[in-house]
Order: sequence, then C-alpha cells, then structure tokens
Amino acid sequence: MAARAIWKGVIKIGTLSVPVKLYSAVQDRKVHFRLLHKTDHEPVKQQLVAADTGDAVEYAQVRKAYPITRGRLVMLEGEELEKLQPADSRDVEISRFVDPGEIDHRWYERAYYLGPDGNVKAYFAAVAALEHKQKEGVARWVMRDKSYVGALRADRGYLMLITLRHADEIIAADALKAPGGRALEARELQMAEQLLAALHGKFEPSQFRDEYRDRVLELVETKAAGRKPKVVAFRPKKQKEDQLADALEASLSGIKRKARG
Amino acid sequence: MAEEDLEDLQPSGLRSFWTGTITFGLVTVPVALYAATRPRGIALKMIAPDESPVQRRYVCSKDGELLDADDIVRGYEIEKGKFVVVSDDELEAVEPRKSREIDLRLFVDRDDIDPMYYDKAYFLVPGGGTNKAYRLLAEVMEKKNQAGIATFVMRAKEYLVAIIAENGILRAETLRFEDEVRKPGDVGLPEPAKVPPADVKKFEAQIARHAKKLDLHELIDDYSERLEKLVAQKEKKKEDIVRAPEESSDEDEGGGAEVVDLLAVLSRSLGGTTAGRKPAKRAASKKKAPAAAKRKPAKKTAAKRKTPAKKRA
Repeated sequence: MAARAIWKGVIKIGTLSVPVKLYSAVQDRKVHFRLLHKTDHEPVKQQLVAADTGDAVEYAQVRKAYPITRGRLVMLEGEELEKLQPADSRDVEISRFVDPGEIDHRWYERAYYLGPDGNVKAYFAAVAALEHKQKEGVARWVMRDKSYVGALRADRGYLMLITLRHADEIIAADALKAPGGRALEARELQMAEQLLAALHGKFEPSQFRDEYRDRVLELVETKAAGRKPKVVAFRPKKQKEDQLADALEASLSGIKRKARG
Repeated sequence: MAEEDLEDLQPSGLRSFWTGTITFGLVTVPVALYAATRPRGIALKMIAPDESPVQRRYVCSKDGELLDADDIVRGYEIEKGKFVVVSDDELEAVEPRKSREIDLRLFVDRDDIDPMYYDKAYFLVPGGGTNKAYRLLAEVMEKKNQAGIATFVMRAKEYLVAIIAENGILRAETLRFEDEVRKPGDVGLPEPAKVPPADVKKFEAQIARHAKKLDLHELIDDYSERLEKLVAQKEKKKEDIVRAPEESSDEDEGGGAEVVDLLAVLSRSLGGTTAGRKPAKRAASKKKAPAAAKRKPAKKTAAKRKTPAKKRA
C-alpha cells in the first residue's frame, strides 16, 4: 500500500526545479506502554501546573520567557516569537554539493524518501546526476514553521532527504579526552586485532530482529492470564586488569576450536 | 492520556542512561552510557499570568493528583481501558542478559552501515575498575575502521547498536531494525523512468557548479540565534524583565540552579577535565554552546589544548 505524503515541495538545484512529495522512510516499531498511576492504575495525563502551588494552569494563559541569569527572565510575547519563525516556503534550496562521507553520520537525524510530484523526468534526471557525480546536496527548507537542514542523496534509484542535527546538538569528537592509562601491550593489541578479524563479517540488517518485542508481548499475556512471570537476574562477570591477556587468549583459542570442529 | 515516554520524567541526558558490560570474545568492558547530543534549541520557561513559573507535570487522569516518577508505572493496554502493569524488573527479566550486556559477536566495516539506519548516539565511558579493556577495544576498532554490532535492551526496548570508536572514545550508536526502515516499494514510489541524457547533463552541470566543501555554519540553528538576538535587545533596553522566584529543584537536571553542561559531565566520567568543568549557570551554558560550535571548524584543537588531563592512576 502506498504511504501518504507528509509534505510537498520543490527542490531547487541552481536554475533547475524538481517538484517532490516527502514520505517518512523510517517507522517506529516499539511496544507502546501507557503510563499509569501506581496506586489506582489509572492512566496519567500531562498538565501544566504552577510550580509553587501545584494549581493547574491553562495553556492559553501561559507566557514564554527566556532565562538570562538565575532568577531573571525576559518575557517574550507570542507575537514576538511568531516574528522569529522562518518565512513559509515550498522551496528546498540546495546550497552546495559535497562528497559522500563529508557529512558525518552523527549529523543525520531522520530519513525521508522523496517521490516525484508531477515532473517525473526531472526527478529521475536529478537521481541519475547525483549517482554519476557521487555527490550529496546540502538542503535547506521550511516545513510546518520550522527550518530544516538536510542531506539530499540518491538512494537505490530514488531521492532521499535526511534531516541533519544542528551544530550545537553534537558534541565534537575532539572536545573530549580519551581515558588514559598505562600503554597497552603489543601482545594484547595483536590478540585483540586477531579477535576482531575472526569476528569480522558483513553488516546484514535482516539478520537482526527485535525479539524483545515478542517477549514483552508474551510477558503481558502471561500476566493477563493471571500467571506469574519468571524473574531471573543476570550478573555479568567482572574481569581484573591482569586477566585481560588470558581472556583474549582463551577467546582466540575458542574461536579456532570452533572453526576446526 | 499520556503514552510513554518515561524518558520525559528522567533528567535530560546528564545522568547515565544505562550501565552494563560490552563483551567481545571473553573480554569484558564495563561501561556507562551517556547522551552524545544536546537537546535541540533553547528551552523557554513557561510563566503563569502572576509571573510564577509553570511546569509540565503528570497527573492522574481520575483524581488529578500530581505525580512524581516514583508514582508512575508502565501498563500495556490489552483491551480498551484495561491494562496489564509491568514493572521495570519484569521488563529486564524478559531478557536479563541483553539488559546488562552488549555482546559484540560481529565486527563490520563502518562504511558497510547505510547512514539511514543510524538513530541516536551515546557516549560510552569506562564503568569503574580498570579501563584497559576499554582502551584496547577502542584502539583496535578505530585502527581497523570497524564497528562492533549487537543488540541490547535499554528502557524496555531492544536496540540494534553499532559500537564505534573515535579519538579513543567509544560510542554506542543505535541503529534502526530492518523492519523500521522502509523500502522505496513500501512507500509506493513509481518505477524509475528513462530520462534523456541531455536532461541528466543539465543536472550534472549544476551539481558541478555548486560542488564545495561542507561548511558547518550551515548547521547553525538560526531560529535560536534570532531568539537570542531578540532577548539581548530586550535585555539592553531593560524591557519585560521579570524576577522569577528561585526554583527549589530544576526539573531538567535535578541538580538545583547550578547546571553542569553535558560536556563537563562526560569529561569527568572519562577521567579528564575541561574548561567547562566548573558549574555554569544555565543561561550562560546555553548561550555558549552555539558560539563554540561556530568556532569549531576553524580551531579544532582549542578545547583540547586548554585541558591538561588528570592522570589516572
């Protein structure tokens, strides 16, 4: 069944335009729980309350404020905030094209497929050109009063737009210092490399399934039938520093044994 | 009625989300998991007409009682209005091992992972005792440009995860399961159409003309910048400034008014210090973040140089 488009826009690449429809490329499959009040098992709801008295406050009456220093706030009127919103537009402006990998995957947030909205030729011409040139576009657009930055890519013969996180959301990899200590021993490094090589393979997403989901539903059924679920605790082993080399050695010989047998 | 998430009730990323063990072969690496991304944008305070602060709280839908995290349990709706309550212990016992262990049985080339699979990033810090196994795993994975793959359970959900090393620090990057990622056919995209080469050439020419290096300035949150500018103007003119009573506890961090930046928390957990270690006031730390990010492309190692590492024994 075809999915519903969540937005329509026009990609602008220099002087060229490609009208597109936007579809979510990912979907959440999590088991959904409700939050309940512990004592009476009634569902909870969210409410705005005055912090000091606990009295309910209507949303319409709430004003927004920006904290400048502790205890000092600048009040912001709804009108002022509205003026800060980006201007409404259908354009997805591509500002530049970069090499794949230049945008670290940590910037990627959520993927959307783009489908042609009318001009099918322009759409597939753009796909072919991105594939030939091996480039990724940096896109900017406004959707539901919010501005987005995204990566425009060719994906399996179609256009994909992945929204990117903002600069201040990501903690730079070099802003933190790696944990230090005595230098690692060459022998341990070598054994660890061998272990990695022995466990090396291809990434096949289809090999992994969310089995936990099924188990949680089983748990719910068990409890619904009035049976008591089994509760087992797991205690991970602790390893001392001087046991590291032994653990590596034992892992390697274990893998070799398995390969032989 | 509120659906999940209990995450709403938890401090925003400044505490460890999960502690457990990474294993590869028979080697165990105790770790604690922290958020690797800051929340988006600026959190504005909500103020009641009488200028007192407003909070978002959970209340019981029946009697309106104000609830804390301790007063709330998870329930699964088996039929309308009928719930089976499940406790955290029960949810953990469903997969006791996966709830405490990330067992890396597969290492893959990092380029093998389609970027659309990546979901959220977390930093892993050594979880007590020795950090030797941690450093060993980080060093070999980084050298080989490989990621360790596993599934594990955190907060009542199973995650597919890639363990990645960068600059000697391990990260857990959750990946979407295959059934959470749609294929073009699932969305109903049309069959590819044949296009005249001349049309493709036109696009290629535009791509070539606009080919440039990535500029992280493009990722600046311009809405937050406009907001800060407006606030600065109003502050200068002493317009609409109110004094709010001190909040006894900050709902976000649970650490009172002195707020510590995520970066400082992480640095301390990794056994080092940074310039940001001193507790900063909320407004100051919020303001600093975008500016620091702006400078980043130019001065990549500035933060590093300022921070003499505390030697670990």
